[in-house]
Amino acid sequence: MLCQECNMRPATLHFTKIVNGEKTEFHICETCAKEKGEMIPGTPNGFSIHSLLSGMLDFDSSTKSQSPGHSGPQNLQCKDCGMTYAQFSKLGRFGCPSCYQYFDNRLDPLFKRVHGSTNHVGKVPVRTGGRLKVKRQIDDLKKEMQQHIVQEEFESAAELRDQIRELEKEMTEE
Amino acid sequence: MPNIRFTEKPLSDWMRGDAADSEIVISSRVRIARNLQHLPFPMLATNQQSAEALQRLTDILQYDDLGGFGTFHTLKISELDEIDKQVLVEKHLISPNLANESRNGAVLISDDESVSVMINEEDHLRIQCLYPGCQVREAWERAMVIDDAFEAHVDYAFDDRRGFLTSCPTNVGTGMRASVMMHLPALVMTHQINRILSAVSQVGLTVRGIYGEGSEAVGNLFQVSNQITLGQTEAEIIENLHGVVLQIIEHERSARERLMNESMLRITDRVMRSFGILSYAAVLDSKEAAQRLSDVRLGVDLGILERPSTAAMNELNVMTQPGFLQKSFGDKMNTEERDMYRAKLIRQKLGTTL
Ligand SMILES: [Zn+2]
Ligand SMILES: [Zn+2]
Repeated sequence: MLCQECNMRPATLHFTKIVNGEKTEFHICETCAKEKGEMIPGTPNGFSIHSLLSGMLDFDSSTKSQSPGHSGPQNLQCKDCGMTYAQFSKLGRFGCPSCYQYFDNRLDPLFKRVHGSTNHVGKVPVRTGGRLKVKRQIDDLKKEMQQHIVQEEFESAAELRDQIRELEKEMTEE
Repeated sequence: MPNIRFTEKPLSDWMRGDAADSEIVISSRVRIARNLQHLPFPMLATNQQSAEALQRLTDILQYDDLGGFGTFHTLKISELDEIDKQVLVEKHLISPNLANESRNGAVLISDDESVSVMINEEDHLRIQCLYPGCQVREAWERAMVIDDAFEAHVDYAFDDRRGFLTSCPTNVGTGMRASVMMHLPALVMTHQINRILSAVSQVGLTVRGIYGEGSEAVGNLFQVSNQITLGQTEAEIIENLHGVVLQIIEHERSARERLMNESMLRITDRVMRSFGILSYAAVLDSKEAAQRLSDVRLGVDLGILERPSTAAMNELNVMTQPGFLQKSFGDKMNTEERDMYRAKLIRQKLGTTL
């Protein structure tokens, strides 16, 4: 069955929506499901993609919770805003910035699915991203140092090593 | 009384004048989502908390010119009537979401309407820059300047691993959505559009038609945007989008050439008929208006017609939408009246004297 949204890719997500007792089925591909915040045109009252996204979150939690030793997702709760992981998977929305920390160990699979990646590599704000700026600087210097070592330019490598130590000291002092 | 001059005229100043590739690319838009540290996202914020976010973000206007984009005007959503809100949505200055259900929602709009900053939408802050033609890099650069101006005064919610923290997991990381609105009639007529759109979706971009009441794209307008916000730098996202847009432009151009070489008479006939209908129809529904306007736009681009100008076409696209029609001809209108006024307005614009 083809995705009813793009008519190109196979539909992998299937949903039923009931409005005033009327049942409507939706068959959509993941790509279309990822596109968030917009209505699927041509459906009664519009149909929010948010619920598609939450379908993905539910799927993630049901497969993951089988691994022993992991605290079940039902126990996860953000201590700042009170949102539980169950609510998050239903709404497809975080409640506050801290939710990212409290739900952290469950987010990698979700981000992998949505973005194909789990870590930010883009812009860093000046005020709240200071540590990351330094960390990226250290990584760059380490790569550079490695090159010098390969080329047997040990003096330059030693200089860089000192710079790296200095920066690392700065980071731990914070 | 709020300043509602933004809803008086259909065409933003930025939409005038010609820009690169504007015969195919209508506009470029970059949106950046940001949130304040230590405050719940708008969905969970109490009235007091969202009021605080609004206060802190609008206060910045007192001591920062937000990167030199001229005066910004603050409109509180709760002080606008329904039609003004709808017109702002039709001009893409606010999202339907902000218009419908936001507590302490507001928008800051620059003088020329190229920048709009939504407050308490899904995120505390959404900075949007809109430019005519293919100027997605320019729009991005401007958005970054305004982003920096805000960031000089407030702490953003940011995490080393996840980047900018947003209410929706699909925006996390860069918080950036870049999109380009394209008019692709020749690719639609030559049935190449699906093949191209599916190729585009392979490289991390999404394409949506601009939908009317039905489910098919009306007016041959398509919006291409990035779907990934995490794991790529802003520059990579912009370059990827820009590169793909240039390729689509090339495909559309060669499809137009082929149409002109192989079926010039048929294209000319179609364009002229549409021009004729727009010039003399007494009733036009929104779908037909969009399709006819698309034909006429193509006709101007191909040199079959001398007018209307691109600016006039852009103006008509906005003016023929429900909110604007009601703004121009009075609030209470049923569908039939709307279709009649739509036709009347187009006739006026095209200078038809019947
Ligand atoms: Zn699809
Ligand atoms: Zn939270």
